[in-house]
Amino acid sequence: MSSQYVLNMEGISKEYYGNRVLNEVNLAVRPGEIHALMGENGAGKSTLMNVLFGMPVIHNTGGFTGSISVDGEPVTIENPQKAMELGIGMVHQEFMLIPGFTVTENIKIGREITTPGIASHIFGKSLERLDRESMRKDARKALDTIGLNIEEYVKVKGLPVGYMQFIEIAREIDKTGIKLLIFDEPTAVLTESEAERLLEAMRVIASQGIAIVFITHRLDEVISVTDHVTILRDGQFVKRLVTAETSAVEIAELMIGRRVEKLLDEADDHRTLSDDDVMLSLRDYFVDMPGEQVRGIDLDVRRGEIFGIGGLAGQGKLGVPNGIMGLHASTGSILLEGEPVEPEKLGDALKKGIGFVSEDRRGVGLLLEESIEDNIVFTAMQIKGLFLKSIGIGTLYDAKAGRAHTEDMVKQLDIRCTGTNQRAGALSGGNQQKVCLARALTLNPKLLIVSEPTRGIDIGAKKLVIELLASLNREEGMTVVVVSSELNELRSICDRIAIVSEGKIADILHPDDSDADYGLAMAGYKRGGDEVEG
Amino acid sequence: MKSNYLHYLKDRTIDAAKALYANKVVLMFFILCTFGLATTGKPPTYTVVEVFTRFGRNTFLVLALIIPVLAGLGLNFGIVVGAMAAQVAIFWTVYWGFTGLKGIAVCLLMATPIAILFGWLVGRLYNRTKGAEMITGLILAYFAEGLYQFFFLYLIGGIIPVENPTMIIAGGTGVKNTIDLAGNLKYAIDTISLLSVARGLSVAYALVSVVLWALNRQKSEGLQKPLQKDRLFGAAIVFAATFVPPVHDFMATDRLQLSRGIPVFGVLIALVALFRVVTAGRTGKDEQYRMRQGTVSLIALIAVGVSFVPAIHKILTSVHLPVMTYVLIALLCVFNNWLLSTKLGQDMRTVGQSRTVANAAGINVNRTRIIAMSMSTVLAAWGQIIYLQNLGTFATYGAHTMCGQYAIAALLVGGASVQQANNKQAILGVFLFHTLFVVAPLSASTVFGSALIGEYFRVFICYGVIALSLAMHAWKAIPKGDKKDKEPDALPGEGTEAPAEA
Repeated sequence: MSSQYVLNMEGISKEYYGNRVLNEVNLAVRPGEIHALMGENGAGKSTLMNVLFGMPVIHNTGGFTGSISVDGEPVTIENPQKAMELGIGMVHQEFMLIPGFTVTENIKIGREITTPGIASHIFGKSLERLDRESMRKDARKALDTIGLNIEEYVKVKGLPVGYMQFIEIAREIDKTGIKLLIFDEPTAVLTESEAERLLEAMRVIASQGIAIVFITHRLDEVISVTDHVTILRDGQFVKRLVTAETSAVEIAELMIGRRVEKLLDEADDHRTLSDDDVMLSLRDYFVDMPGEQVRGIDLDVRRGEIFGIGGLAGQGKLGVPNGIMGLHASTGSILLEGEPVEPEKLGDALKKGIGFVSEDRRGVGLLLEESIEDNIVFTAMQIKGLFLKSIGIGTLYDAKAGRAHTEDMVKQLDIRCTGTNQRAGALSGGNQQKVCLARALTLNPKLLIVSEPTRGIDIGAKKLVIELLASLNREEGMTVVVVSSELNELRSICDRIAIVSEGKIADILHPDDSDADYGLAMAGYKRGGDEVEG
Repeated sequence: MKSNYLHYLKDRTIDAAKALYANKVVLMFFILCTFGLATTGKPPTYTVVEVFTRFGRNTFLVLALIIPVLAGLGLNFGIVVGAMAAQVAIFWTVYWGFTGLKGIAVCLLMATPIAILFGWLVGRLYNRTKGAEMITGLILAYFAEGLYQFFFLYLIGGIIPVENPTMIIAGGTGVKNTIDLAGNLKYAIDTISLLSVARGLSVAYALVSVVLWALNRQKSEGLQKPLQKDRLFGAAIVFAATFVPPVHDFMATDRLQLSRGIPVFGVLIALVALFRVVTAGRTGKDEQYRMRQGTVSLIALIAVGVSFVPAIHKILTSVHLPVMTYVLIALLCVFNNWLLSTKLGQDMRTVGQSRTVANAAGINVNRTRIIAMSMSTVLAAWGQIIYLQNLGTFATYGAHTMCGQYAIAALLVGGASVQQANNKQAILGVFLFHTLFVVAPLSASTVFGSALIGEYFRVFICYGVIALSLAMHAWKAIPKGDKKDKEPDALPGEGTEAPAEA
């Protein structure tokens, strides 16, 4: 086998606890090329990289099947150190930099240049003194290579984020014998001009014969710098394309794929939706949720509809419900039936009639150590004063009413449990989700916001939860907002779907719109090809 | 040039004042000390003598805390374990009847391996309780106390046959409450004269230079460094100078009177600094360097001048410094700095800043932390030996109980925090803390008219200092993190720049 490829991963398959996350995936990278690796969240990109780096998470869960070869030589990579020795480097998404250290110290971290002294002769190599001058020179060289004009002796603390990315890169290319660099969504945190410079630096690095695997969601970047694209979808290898022969639309289509099944029958739809009858209205809405920043959204949800909010992880879709519920600081106006909701007031959204099922089921959603009954009635007790009885000197929990309601809910939602006293933490994911829903429904909300309703639950339960949401909407006339990363799920029940990209709404689509439209919206484009202002 | 220099002086003074102002903890204790000094009701001579004695006694222990702070282990309450190792060694040394320097040598030989073992164990424990090292250390100290008492109260005499009526409780089991060190270990280190120190150091320096040169020659052809003859020459001059009668007489006393020491060393420092200013051009140093050296000589000369002011001269005359103890403190400062310039020190700093990053860079985090703990424990053991030989009596069950708290309080007062500490902070802290420690009971009894209140004050000060300085550091740290939560208004404009501020 010739060494046409610096890295060749063939037929990689990986299962986590019987759940197949990678299936016969191939990735082949030529020396000196920039190779894009694309796919939705959960498509298997991270797992593939974990396999490449021999991360413990892979080996602790039964390893993988398939073969990896570097420069045509078959290799086994059992730990990240081995990957480093083979000349594979990674530029992390979260910066692996120490703020209190200088740029030089960060670039040479763990690989300091030392000179021996008397103590090192006696006690060993670790007491050799640092040769700061040589370290400085190496760092300067690496920084010059990528064209970063900062002083190598300044501390990293206080440098702009964009610079930190470059320092990470400088550290990787300073390593001797580096052949392949992985960039994991490097431009996600950069401003436009910084991203531009990063792409330029990537070209420079590639021109020196170092291959780059570029993981990104930004289609324009893929088109402008890469030579090849490998697309994954649901752990499957979809296609390897030559960038010059493809287009953003084709890539977007391949990433999404068509596999939507409609859950709801149009014939059953007796609702009348009107653009004037607005249930929830957001104007100039910002949320400061770490990792899910919302940066200015205007949105109207009509009474009686199922409204979807989709988008990739980290783009801000989760910030929308969390801001409304007051879990993260927000600004802008939130109107429920024309009445303002004040999220800074604890529980105001709940009081005004918004039910919420959090995406963080085990953290925010449930009291894991408490019984199903307590979990279901607790919020209503707190917010609405239900299930309480007065005994003159104070109020007590009305166990009878609470029990009756819980049993009713268990029956209605088909919560599989040993009894209403069972610990919520002992339930399966799907049943936990139903408990969360039951709690939200106990408040008898006008608007139900469900965040990631099917995260972490098995396929059968997924379908049940989705059907439940649909029946709540059709039969009870409840307005439902579903926030989900699973586009298919949204497309199967929603009337309209807003795609959030970089904290703004890229587009509001109809479930029947084409895959390409969805793919482009996720990458920040509005229909018609204009990029939203970012 | 001249106005340039004045400008430089002004800048440095402003910098120093700013630094003092920025460091509110130090400023606060500075004010407390000044207030205390003004209200002691005793002549300043008393306080100054006390503070210098305590400085010699305690500083080594405080300096032993720096390495774990740098390695991210926080303030090491576990140094108590090191102190225990020293005390076990001291007990046996006294029991076997070794005295003087020989006794100290036996102590060190015995305490060091025990301390390394203890440090290793503590390090392993800390590795299992990452993020909670301080509370672990505190509790560990209580736990170790139990084992220590078991050893001294029951095992000695009970299981291990020890017969010595002056050390063992009448029944034959257990060690007495106090062991007198007078006549065996008391002042064993303190009384080493400047003369021996100077001769010893110059010979050691010359030896090290030669050995280094020899090792280098052996190793690689390309990197050969020539034998640095001027170094050897310097060492020889120092060695020879100790035989000149006036110098010999000056140095032969076992304590250094501060009123004599300051003029001699002040002039020496000033001369060296001036020499550097003159030769700066030749060795290619910049103007900044020359100005700094100039300032050093200026300050040294001013100090010499001030020491001759009658009132101050009188105080200084009554201060007698134990030379070797102070030299050891200086050497430990040098060691701490040197360690930071090594690969191991850099690893420690990396681990201290971020374990994740250190791990990703291939640094063995757990091993580095254990090494840091062992070093700290060994240094604490040595520090306790210095402490006890100066104190002269060894309270078997009480000598170690507060050493962790006192040392930590002193370090915190100097402006150090859980994340960062250095030699300067340790030294400043020891001065401030012990000044306060000396004056507080006195001024409390003059202000409140009761000596008992003064005694409460000491305990109160120690714990109060730890709580107050930790709280003040925390307050100082809050505003940065809190700002973002409180200003959602700033959101719209932030966009992608937002993380940069954090």
